[in-house]
Amino acid sequence: MSVLVYVEQVEGKFKKSVFEAVSYAKAIADQTGTNLTAVSIGQIEEGQLKELGQYGASKVLNVEAGELKNFVNQAYAAVIAEAAQKESAEVIVLSNSFSGKGLAPRVAVKLKAGLVDGAVELPKIDNGSFQVKKTAFSGKAFAVTQLTSAVKVIALNPNAFGVKDTPVSIEVESFSPAVQSKDLAAVIKEIVRATDKVSLPDAEIVVSGGRGLKGPENWGMVEELAGLLGAATACSKPVSDADWRPHSEHVGQTGIAISPNLYIAIGISGAIQHLAGVSSSKVIVVINKDPEAPFFKVADYGIVGDAFEVVPQLIEALKKHQA
Amino acid sequence: MKILVCISHVPDTTTKITFTNDNTQFNTAGVQYIVNPYDELALSKAIELCEGGKGTVTVVNVGDSSTDPTIRKALAIGADDAVRINAVPRDAYFTAFQIAEYAKTTDFDVILTGRESIDYNGAQVAAMVGEFLDIPSISIIKKLDFDGSSAVLEREIEGGKEVVNVSGKFVASCAEGVAEPKIPNMRGIMSARSKPLVVVEAAPVDEVAKIVQFETPPARGAVKLIPAEDAASLIGLLHTEAKVI
Ligand SMILES: Cc1cc2nc3c(=O)[nH]c(=O)nc-3n(C[C@H](O)[C@H](O)[C@H](O)COP(=O)(O)OP(=O)(O)OC[C@H]3O[C@@H](n4cnc5c(N)ncnc54)[C@H](O)[C@@H]3O)c2cc1C
Ligand SMILES: Nc1ncnc2c1ncn2[C@@H]1O[C@H](COP(=O)(O)O)[C@@H](O)[C@H]1O
Repeated sequence: MSVLVYVEQVEGKFKKSVFEAVSYAKAIADQTGTNLTAVSIGQIEEGQLKELGQYGASKVLNVEAGELKNFVNQAYAAVIAEAAQKESAEVIVLSNSFSGKGLAPRVAVKLKAGLVDGAVELPKIDNGSFQVKKTAFSGKAFAVTQLTSAVKVIALNPNAFGVKDTPVSIEVESFSPAVQSKDLAAVIKEIVRATDKVSLPDAEIVVSGGRGLKGPENWGMVEELAGLLGAATACSKPVSDADWRPHSEHVGQTGIAISPNLYIAIGISGAIQHLAGVSSSKVIVVINKDPEAPFFKVADYGIVGDAFEVVPQLIEALKKHQA
Repeated sequence: MKILVCISHVPDTTTKITFTNDNTQFNTAGVQYIVNPYDELALSKAIELCEGGKGTVTVVNVGDSSTDPTIRKALAIGADDAVRINAVPRDAYFTAFQIAEYAKTTDFDVILTGRESIDYNGAQVAAMVGEFLDIPSISIIKKLDFDGSSAVLEREIEGGKEVVNVSGKFVASCAEGVAEPKIPNMRGIMSARSKPLVVVEAAPVDEVAKIVQFETPPARGAVKLIPAEDAASLIGLLHTEAKVI
């Protein structure tokens, strides 16, 4: 028996969400009295792989096959399922990232396993019962799911568990699974990635703007504030519908659901659909000129005022604070 | 070409979510149901691809007869016909299995789903259907060009996008950008009533997961208001009190 964690790499590097997944998987391995094995696919330096030992992985299966250089969910799912079988893994942990969402369901079907997507807590394991809490109804509720299958798959939400240091010695083992060409039928032609920006689903701080900002030309101050905070930028749905901002920034019930440590909402009214995707943020700051805006009811800190006066003050204060 | 579009029947986005029976069941009292917003995008894209007699669009739902009005709405938007697989969906594994079993009985070219259902938010069904059928699945696409045999898709990734080519059958889950949502017109609404809605029985499948309990998020404390002229003091509070910067 063991726990297996898939460690997704981006251009030869691991993101924080991967260390979270490893820490989470290690905690499950401890709960069940077993070891944690990681599986990495694609080219990556050995030093990077060894860093996973810091968070509790005692072995990493390293899959370097050239045809698996780029992420293809069908082929990667086959590799992870084969690794799970080789390691007799009963629990498989992945990050609930964009790629994870395309991957975890395929792994689950291959292994006839129940899947919890968007887990927010460690499983409760007790007398053969295995329950995991996840977000549901776009953040308006949580659902505790019982996994009744022999093998269980969990996709962990970013920023839900944190990174925990539990250093163990780690060995790197090269692993050469069988890759079938039918699993490589989807061919990646191009990858475009803005490396200079913090990606929204992973961000610890998010600065978000709504229709109160009047137009796309006024986003300079939002970006400046976000830049100083090392934050990602987001927006309400009408803002992306009007093409002031890209759809990838739209948060809420029909956009991305996020749970950063800090969410700053500027000129956003706080409609139920918007709140659905952001209300599990740890701290919420609302800046709105209307004291009756519904967003204040779920805010931790509020400033009733004109964004065009308040935000520049915040930027100045932050520069002083950081100096 | 023949496109299958998977439609889920979900509570309206304004629904206040509550539970009954010791928080083990979603409280459906007074809830309005809609076509899952992402599925509307998938459907609109499918209709666009089939315009001018280039193909047909079949909507597929796993549900009991209470979902029929939602299916009729999809027909009103412009699907040609509909199939309801008669079962209360237990979870994504169950739902995806049913859709895959049905798909095997048809000569479909593409299966489109929404990115996720706004009730259980699994974002699981598309990739599971792909795996059950052993064909490619591309999750969370924001662009799709398809000529009936090969497709170019844009998939969302953290901080960017990925362009993917597929030939042959595939499944894709649709997000914003794929199409503008179509709104049913009068003719659509009238014709929806007479379009075929076939009911088929569900196939048995082992249970792998079940929801045992719901929780609502804890209430937040009162907001701490900071006067606008003193906005700068927020930074100090976020640093020393909230400890988030
Ligand atoms: C099916 C469906 C799904 C939806 N999904 C989403 C979703 O996922 N995400 C989402 O965000 N919305 C969603 N919506 C839309 C949602 O209902 C609201 O319409 C939307 O969130 C409002 O956006 P907003 O707050 O930016 O704009 P508004 O509601 O117009 O609010 C603008 C706010 O800015 C304030 N303001 C104006 N000027 C200033 C100023 N100078 N300084 C400070 N404040 C100012 C105003 O007081 C007001 O509160 C959905 C709607 C539907 C029907
Ligand atoms: N009961 C259902 N019947 C048909 N399609 C469904 C059903 N549930 C989910 N889907 C489809 O699968 C997508 C993803 O759903 P989910 O995996 O539940 O988030 C939805 O957007 C629908 O297209």
